Amino acid sequence: MSDTFNYVLKANGLSCIRDDRVLFEGLSFTVSAGQVLLLEGQNGSGKTSLLRILCGFREPDEGELSWCADTLSDSSYFADLAYVGHLEGVKKELTVYENLKVALALGQPGNYSIMDALDRVSLTDYDEVLVQALSAGQKRRLSLARLLMTKNILWILDEPFTSLDKQGIDLIETLMSEHCAMGGMIVLTSHHDLSIQGVDVQRILLS
Amino acid sequence: MSLSIAFFAIIKRDLVLALRRRSEVANPLLFFILVITLFPLGIGAQPHLLQSIAPGIIWVSALLAAMLSLDSLFRSDFDDGSLEQILLSAHPTSLLVLAKVIAHWLVTGLPLLIVAPLLAVFLGMPTQSIGVLLLTLLLGTPVLSLIGAIGVALTVGLRRGGMILSLLVLPLYVPVLIFASNAVEMSSAGLPIQAQLNILISFLMMALFLAPWPTAAALKMSLN
Repeated sequence: MSDTFNYVLKANGLSCIRDDRVLFEGLSFTVSAGQVLLLEGQNGSGKTSLLRILCGFREPDEGELSWCADTLSDSSYFADLAYVGHLEGVKKELTVYENLKVALALGQPGNYSIMDALDRVSLTDYDEVLVQALSAGQKRRLSLARLLMTKNILWILDEPFTSLDKQGIDLIETLMSEHCAMGGMIVLTSHHDLSIQGVDVQRILLS
Repeated sequence: MSLSIAFFAIIKRDLVLALRRRSEVANPLLFFILVITLFPLGIGAQPHLLQSIAPGIIWVSALLAAMLSLDSLFRSDFDDGSLEQILLSAHPTSLLVLAKVIAHWLVTGLPLLIVAPLLAVFLGMPTQSIGVLLLTLLLGTPVLSLIGAIGVALTVGLRRGGMILSLLVLPLYVPVLIFASNAVEMSSAGLPIQAQLNILISFLMMALFLAPWPTAAALKMSLN
């Protein structure tokens, strides 16, 4: 994946106003390949709003975003992006395998096959289990498996550590550092103290 | 190639989901059957009256059944975040939305077509009109799903969008109702119905090509 090293996400003067309240303004940052951007701030400080702007669900009230020097809609941005939000985005009436199959059809195949990805997130024998039978932490792991099996440069993660156990947290941190080592980049929000080795972590405090 | 994989994956996913949540599929169908069977009881022993209003009864019930089923089109995807993932896909949202509408029609529209001949016989509709009734349902109910999808996409973000949805969508359903039930009525009188059928076909073509775009745009707005 050496060709991915020239990907850059740039934000210039972003601002977000919600119900007449200014959440943030004049926010600028640059994330390049191999970097992690950690958004910190209290509840309601606009972390999730910023992530939703990055996903294209919201338009920023001011400022602009660019991906490899092009605007988001002109570039391959949406093909390069994977988002795991508060909602898992899996159907509880489908099995683990069926859910990942749909996710794979919507994206491009990545480094892991479905079974390898499930192995990686310790859901090895769960492929035939209905998602409604999984625990909250296991559903989180399932959405991480989705990140692994599709090919993406940019991961956008909203509170990825929620409801995960200690091993789960270690697992995400390992996966994140591997992703960065392969030239990927990550934007995430978290209240958890991030400890990933050998990765350039930028922090932005929203207040 | 990968777009067609995604398109059929969405259809297959929604069909499997419908199979596992049978009540959602059964509800509109049951409603359709119940309304039509109640009419003869309400009208009493007047077979000629019943026969002459049969096309209208069947079509009005089909329209209301279609409207009843609309909310399930995007609701669960909106609630569990699957809709976000569909919109984030690099494939054109309008085509993925079209796949969802097709799957929705297969589970809510097609069953109406299957029971309609039986109910038509029950209301005493002449045999030569039953074929026409099926043809109008085949052309008309997909239009109801496609137009309805725009309304649902606009209201899915509102907690109580049901009332607004009916007000929004019903006026757009009226032309389909008028031409479809008129065609069935004309055919029972032995008159030509080519004009009505042509209009229904043009409705279907227009809805098929034009409805997915506003639906995709409205979904994006609802997620905001």
